[in-house]
Amino acid sequence: MWGILKNRFKQGYRTCRYPEEKPVLPERFRGRPVLKNIQASPDGMDPSKDATNALSLKNSLEVDAGKLLFNEDILHAMPPGSLAYSTDYRMAVSKREDLILKENEIKLASALGQKMKKLFGRSLKLREVCAGSCNGCDLEIQALGNVVFDLSRFGIQFVASPRHADGLMITGPVTKNMELALMKTYEAVPEPKIVIAVGACAISGGPFYGSPEVKDGVDGLIPVDLYVPGCPPHPFTILDGLLRLLGRLEDNGS
Amino acid sequence: MTTRKLSVRNNQSWELDRLSVLDEETFRKRVIEEVRSGGRIANLFGLLEETGDVRIFALIGQDEQSKLSLFSFRVSQGAPFFRSLTPELPQAHWFEREIAEQYSIKPEGHPWLKPIRYHKNYRNAPGLWPESDGKTAPGRNDFFKAGGEEIHEVAVGPVHAGIIEPGHFRFSCHGEKILNLEIQLGYQHRGVEKMMQEVPAVRRALLAESIAGDTVIGHAMAYCSAMESLSACRISPRAEALRFVALELERLANHAGDLASLGADIGFLPTAAYFGRLRGEFLNLLMELTGNRYGRSFLRPGGVLFDMDAKMIDAFKHRLREAKEEMRDVSNLFFEQPSVLSRLENVGVISAESVRELGFVGVAARASGCARDVRMDYAHGMYRFHQVPISLANSGDVYSRAMIRWLESQRSIDVLLELFERMPKGDLMAALGPLKERYMTVSMVEGWRGEIIHTVITGPDSQIARYKVKDPSFNNWFALSEAVRGGQISDFPLCNKSFNLSYAGHDL
Repeated sequence: MWGILKNRFKQGYRTCRYPEEKPVLPERFRGRPVLKNIQASPDGMDPSKDATNALSLKNSLEVDAGKLLFNEDILHAMPPGSLAYSTDYRMAVSKREDLILKENEIKLASALGQKMKKLFGRSLKLREVCAGSCNGCDLEIQALGNVVFDLSRFGIQFVASPRHADGLMITGPVTKNMELALMKTYEAVPEPKIVIAVGACAISGGPFYGSPEVKDGVDGLIPVDLYVPGCPPHPFTILDGLLRLLGRLEDNGS
Repeated sequence: MTTRKLSVRNNQSWELDRLSVLDEETFRKRVIEEVRSGGRIANLFGLLEETGDVRIFALIGQDEQSKLSLFSFRVSQGAPFFRSLTPELPQAHWFEREIAEQYSIKPEGHPWLKPIRYHKNYRNAPGLWPESDGKTAPGRNDFFKAGGEEIHEVAVGPVHAGIIEPGHFRFSCHGEKILNLEIQLGYQHRGVEKMMQEVPAVRRALLAESIAGDTVIGHAMAYCSAMESLSACRISPRAEALRFVALELERLANHAGDLASLGADIGFLPTAAYFGRLRGEFLNLLMELTGNRYGRSFLRPGGVLFDMDAKMIDAFKHRLREAKEEMRDVSNLFFEQPSVLSRLENVGVISAESVRELGFVGVAARASGCARDVRMDYAHGMYRFHQVPISLANSGDVYSRAMIRWLESQRSIDVLLELFERMPKGDLMAALGPLKERYMTVSMVEGWRGEIIHTVITGPDSQIARYKVKDPSFNNWFALSEAVRGGQISDFPLCNKSFNLSYAGHDL
């Protein structure tokens, strides 16, 4: 008994002050990509370093944060200094096309409509489905429940049954072997429902895109309301997306 | 034809032609002999040859001698079967099921031949299981059934209650007592091995990091070492040391996380919360070092991408000392509570005999008193200079598996602090040449769960002809079935957490 109390006292209060205080991530953290030399020419590009085809050169350089694995290798696909990572963790968006960054602007996720917000704004129950992920994204979703992030203080909880859920949070490229289970779980969630795709795999297939064993993500199978990019996304990236979806963060990410 | 046995070491590479092709009977005899004289099957897998035949390779680990014996024979496409080793060597059972599924080759006499992942075979031959061929959802074949009026079955998964990966568990129970548990995986199958053979090098490293998301460093290290060994590249002592730091931090994060989940499962929430936060501390150290909480984009063939300056080393030392003290406080709190002990002791027991017979590895083996640890047995890189003593426990129950995690955490912190006192110097990256043609290599790493093995064979054009991945989960899923046999079904979650195996690492 004394041991428990002594430990409790020593541990203190560890929950972060987010969202009142913005988290500071280490210098090496690879967050939202920044394009420095937008007018890059195809001569300076080395597509072999861009393993998931996240970069494209149309009128200007574009980077698809939904395909990006936030790795170091891709920085060498461009002339030095033209692509870099910031330490900004805010990246979740409402529409797939918003993940394609052209100029250094990002249209962060917008809030659900009035009716949905009224239903879910203060209490959201989610069922998580891992559909072929490496477990990285799932670990970060799990981490949201620990004392530091303490997801339940925002009224968001993970539930055991899809029938008790307001929506699904999906990770992984959707393997052929999980497609049926995912569809059945989706159908079991009562209407109205929301779907959140977490991680590069769920958005675009990630490193597994093009494998005959996977479906290259959730898009095309079921409609998605929130895309959280990353490999895996930092818990703050997921949390930021969830709070924006519920209309509880007002800043525009600039 | 020479039948001299080929003996290799961890991270060694050799010409494929040096390995003789035995006839099936000799292969069988030699493998059985080798295992009975103290060896164990480290790997057993096939290679589809250009002729359409399949060559089977057996890697037998002689842990005491730090060597692996290698044997091989050929199965012709005209006669796609061989005599199963499983009746003599039960530890071959899962490997043989894998071969049967990947190449549509029948190990005759296998007692329970079923697909393990549910995918099309690599030979494009008619599959061995017409009832499930071409269908995608796993679990279509019959499960092992217990007979009797009062026997009932409990089916769990693929979608489970928690935030975890998918798999199907089929229990045969009599009342609360588990008579048998059959585990059907394959839901996470993404085709990793095949992709490793087909994609360019940059993407291979990213795939290796995504084999199992909780073992990014372990698998990336095995991949990088394999590539370095195949191209005769020597990485600097500095890079070796930094890899060592990352691998031990990964171990610390996962061990703390597992202790947290055990606390949560038995309802002792203070320890669940404290260990859970400590896991985050270790992940955050990895993020300081690599830019990612799981250590992605840190290891690449030839070395590592980030260094530690004196300031960072000091900060790490400070934070590790603090974490060590906190780990000690929380572990004392956890392991000294009678109510905790009564939930962990004598639950999910695996005997040392089972470990040896069925070939379990890692934490699960050490908790049953079997000293298997690649860091000691097949020491590589910085582990040759900084030895990590093997932690052992004897009772083979959930308590022992929990205790091993706590013991290993202390040793990991100690050895990191020791290393930080004298970090070797050197370049971060060394140049990597082309891969040698028609070569083979084996790369073993003690990941936090246990022994990871990547075995790579190159073709005549330096292309990768076979990339075989073995995650420790591949060995150990059957240990979970063994552990719960005869136990209470309500103890299953606790037993499951005490192993905490990877679905993705198994399904590939």
